[in-house]
Amino acid sequence: MSEDVLSFEEAMERFDPVLGFEVHVELNTNTKMFDAAPNTFGDEPNTNITPVSLGLPGVLPVVNGKAVESAIKLGLALNCSIAEKCHFARKNYFYPDTPKNFQTSQYDEPIAFDGQLELELEDGTPFTIEIERAHMEEDAGKLTHVGGATGRIQGAAYSLVDYNRSGVPLIEIVTKPIVGAGSRAPELARVYVAAIREIVKNLGISDARMERGNVRCDANVSLMPKGTTEFGTRSETKNVNSLRAVERAVRFEIQRHAAVLSAGEKIVQETRHWHEDTRSTTSGRPKSDADDYRYFPEPDLVPVVTTEAWIEELRAQLPEPPAQRRKRLKAEWGYSDEEFRDVVNAGVMDEIEQTIATGASPAVARKWWMGEIARLAKQAEVEIVDLPVTPAHVVEVNALIDEGKINDKLAKKVIGFVVEGEGSPSEIVEARGLAVVSDDGALTAAVDDAMAQMPDVVEKIKGGKVQAVGALIGPVMKATRGQADAGRVRQIILEKLGVQG
Amino acid sequence: MSAINREQVAHLAELAHIEMTEEELARVAGELDLIVSSVASVSQAAGPDVPATSHPLPLQNVFREDVVGETLTQEEALSNAPDSQDGKFRVPAILDGE
Amino acid sequence: MSERIVELSAADLAAKLASGDVSSVDAVNAHFEQIDATEGQAVDSADPHKGTDGLNAFLHRNREEALQVAQDVDQARANGEQLHELAGVPIAVKDLIVTKGQPTTAASRMLEGWMSPYDGTVTKKLRAAKMPILGKTNLDEFAMGSSTEHSAYGPTRNPWDLNRIPGGSGGGSAAAVSAFQAPLALGTDTGGSIRQPAAVTGTVGVKPTYGSVSRYGVIAMASSLDQVGPCSRTVLDSALLHEVVAGHDPQDSTSLNDPVGSFAAAARQGAEDGGLKGLRVGVVKQLTGDGFQTGVQQRFNEAVELLQSAGAEVVEVETPNFEYALGAYYLIMSSEVSSNLAKYDGVRFGLRVVPEGNPTIERVMGASRAAGFGDEVKRRIILGTYALSAGYYDAYYGSAQQVRTLVQRDFNAAFEKVDVLISPTAPTTAFKIGGVDESADPMQMYLNDIATIPTNLAGIPAISLPGGLAPEDGLPVGIQFMAPAREDARVYRAGAGLERLLNEKWGGPVWSSRGDVATTVRDFAAGAALGGK
Repeated sequence: MSEDVLSFEEAMERFDPVLGFEVHVELNTNTKMFDAAPNTFGDEPNTNITPVSLGLPGVLPVVNGKAVESAIKLGLALNCSIAEKCHFARKNYFYPDTPKNFQTSQYDEPIAFDGQLELELEDGTPFTIEIERAHMEEDAGKLTHVGGATGRIQGAAYSLVDYNRSGVPLIEIVTKPIVGAGSRAPELARVYVAAIREIVKNLGISDARMERGNVRCDANVSLMPKGTTEFGTRSETKNVNSLRAVERAVRFEIQRHAAVLSAGEKIVQETRHWHEDTRSTTSGRPKSDADDYRYFPEPDLVPVVTTEAWIEELRAQLPEPPAQRRKRLKAEWGYSDEEFRDVVNAGVMDEIEQTIATGASPAVARKWWMGEIARLAKQAEVEIVDLPVTPAHVVEVNALIDEGKINDKLAKKVIGFVVEGEGSPSEIVEARGLAVVSDDGALTAAVDDAMAQMPDVVEKIKGGKVQAVGALIGPVMKATRGQADAGRVRQIILEKLGVQG
Repeated sequence: MSAINREQVAHLAELAHIEMTEEELARVAGELDLIVSSVASVSQAAGPDVPATSHPLPLQNVFREDVVGETLTQEEALSNAPDSQDGKFRVPAILDGE
Repeated sequence: MSERIVELSAADLAAKLASGDVSSVDAVNAHFEQIDATEGQAVDSADPHKGTDGLNAFLHRNREEALQVAQDVDQARANGEQLHELAGVPIAVKDLIVTKGQPTTAASRMLEGWMSPYDGTVTKKLRAAKMPILGKTNLDEFAMGSSTEHSAYGPTRNPWDLNRIPGGSGGGSAAAVSAFQAPLALGTDTGGSIRQPAAVTGTVGVKPTYGSVSRYGVIAMASSLDQVGPCSRTVLDSALLHEVVAGHDPQDSTSLNDPVGSFAAAARQGAEDGGLKGLRVGVVKQLTGDGFQTGVQQRFNEAVELLQSAGAEVVEVETPNFEYALGAYYLIMSSEVSSNLAKYDGVRFGLRVVPEGNPTIERVMGASRAAGFGDEVKRRIILGTYALSAGYYDAYYGSAQQVRTLVQRDFNAAFEKVDVLISPTAPTTAFKIGGVDESADPMQMYLNDIATIPTNLAGIPAISLPGGLAPEDGLPVGIQFMAPAREDARVYRAGAGLERLLNEKWGGPVWSSRGDVATTVRDFAAGAALGGK
């Protein structure tokens, strides 16, 4: 099977991409979708379960009311219509991570449908995504594959199943086909998923941590020859679990499709798997009539019926929409268009808002988040928000500077150690002895050395040219490896020379 | 309504994950054909204006408070497992080794 | 003494327990004596799947725990504690209802040895009422059948004639109650699995309004049709047991949030004069005549005449859409079955069969399900898979759900004219074990449920009570009353009224003319041994 790719530019010359996304959002409810087991990440295997989440004989599901409200809120935030009445449905398929061998989902009656989402690309270009539907369903358990290469399912001797995640509430958001993105398609993919993540986080309905699988994206890609309007055969790339990967996966699939089509071959309608290491996709299983899911209304659950009053009550609880909020924050912070766009694209608007709320100025907040912290993230090839630095850390670092305990240079080091998990800034300064040296004994010795080496400078100062003091401070700082308190050094020099500052 | 043949039953058995012998497939095809022709009149019973009833009584909006309840211990969860390892259920390979 | 205890109704036994005439331990022991005397011996001691040469009504006997509960009740009574009315009255439970600490098999090889780590809601209610659970009763595998022949652990035999079926799927519960092994039993009714066994064993069985009794912890067959209900020898006893197990359950989304009705009061009132006077009774035209055995029809007609003579207003009602009910039932039931039984795959619990070689999980699932399920279960799973599959959904499942609406409309129209509907419960008396060749025509067996199925589709309550013996074969005939949803009290009132009239007519309960079951079993076993089978 050909895995050739065409260059992206060439692909764009010949074809127009059509995209589609299915984004799964794990809700952060206390309990699962259909039973009272805790919805908690990362505990001992098979402990966050009830007989229901294990699908034991005789059990019955009961809907988590909070999850339904979360789904309605998300529907409203995506400008969807909310169903007056909807059923749950069973999606029947056998897989060992699915305890009942059916997934309880929604089929022809999603809770929310026909919405739209206004996006802005990085340069500010607006783009509207049409939302087909958002429906409620449950997550599956987690499989570990043993005996093959690097935990892959291929070649594994056997697998182990942990059902802790089984039944965790999910909302699946499905877009209508997205046309017209052209060469911006990969970027649009990233911006779309980022927007969904931002919305669910803003609504407080999900922890929205992609690395934990709270937000998971399946990306559909197909190509149409330039000038035509009939959609091509699509591939569905599963579980692309970072913003960067979404962009890369879409780009790769466009290039792969283009190569296949240019060679006169046909695209197979299939599932593809994204591999971060090779930055490419491989074939999963082809769609077949084995995908006959035999949906039917879930007889163990009764319909969800919404009223105008209930929907309005939930609408009133919605936080300010992200777009509106951005406009407001930009004005409040006084950032330029470009500065603000960079903040948004870096995904640290919340962090900056919290940093300011915790006591730093907008300038200070931007300086750190878009400066040293952004640099560290880039270096680690992760999103800024995925670093363990919090707004409180930044405020603390800034306070240490204001108090004269550390300087800017030391502060950068401190943040580096925070990222490495060494604790809070104060703890790090303490443990590593990073505080600026204001011990007069050590400083006086360094000052004496510097003065001895630069008698001409000493003379200039004595002669009233106070600003020349800087030439002495430099060597002192060097001698103390940057830890000297520059203000104190200046004071000592002036005192020694009997000059008024 | 066309007669149900062996191939159709083989496909249904695959969907239902029930291995069947050739003899069973042939027998079930015959039985299924009989049942299906006996119940075929159902599709002519109601006009398009008749709504479907999926639940015998019209309940709606039955929700649970989002409060954690009693859980099983790992030992209880695995107590009936045909095979387990490291606190997890163990299953044979999902994909064919070849 | 013990012979008399087991023949007592639950209400009478409860009265004797309360007065101290009988202890609960005595009651439990007496019933185990009867069980031991009637269950028979394993046909093959090495293979539990062959059943016994006796009734084979129980799959598991819970002697120790039952005696422990009985002792606790006796002690509590001696201490003057306030107890539930039925405390200490023993009960048998259909082996489709999960019980912590005892096996639950659904009469399937699939669940052989499975021990539930949790109790069903009805099980909890029985424990709360301190009713000793004698054991788990036999059934058609996963409740699919009308004869209990589909049990993986051998058929249950009818106490009236051991060569005959006790009905199904709840043949074990009905036979146990009929043969004085237990005064009360729990059953489940998806298309008649409580009522048809009651009819053919000369006992009482009630399918409550859908949602009246929690289904949590009841192994699902067809979720939108299943309902737990009581089995007993008198109408009042069923009413008493219904009150124990009914009530809203937050763990069952389809559970009704209504206060539990006064069923026992309704039964007592029905047994008094006036329970039937002025009651408007509708004879369902579509559930009489063709296809109904002559003796069944005869006893039914006599029952209707008795009602009339007692002051009931009898009219005939039409339910034209019942013609489609059986077909719709089989499509809906099998569809839900195909999905409900998917969880039995040998991954988390139950039978796992690993074929030769190095099979994938897919093949292990396929082999486990092939070995764990019997023919009837497989037949229904395949039918349901077909009915739900792409291209057939609208014609089958969709249409069947529309028929459900039509059947409900028929009932609604009828209940505008009458208070209760009446019909024979089953078209025939008990047939011979092995007497229906299902492979030749599976629909033949399904026709047993023709009169019971419409109420399951509509979710309404119905009772079956003994209507006497058919003259041609001397076997029990069942009479069914049906009432609107949530009007369960009405079927108890009408049922108790008719029960009293029939007892007066025949000079006692239907079983008073029957020979001693323990003797019948002994003779049967000896005969079977002589016959060399």
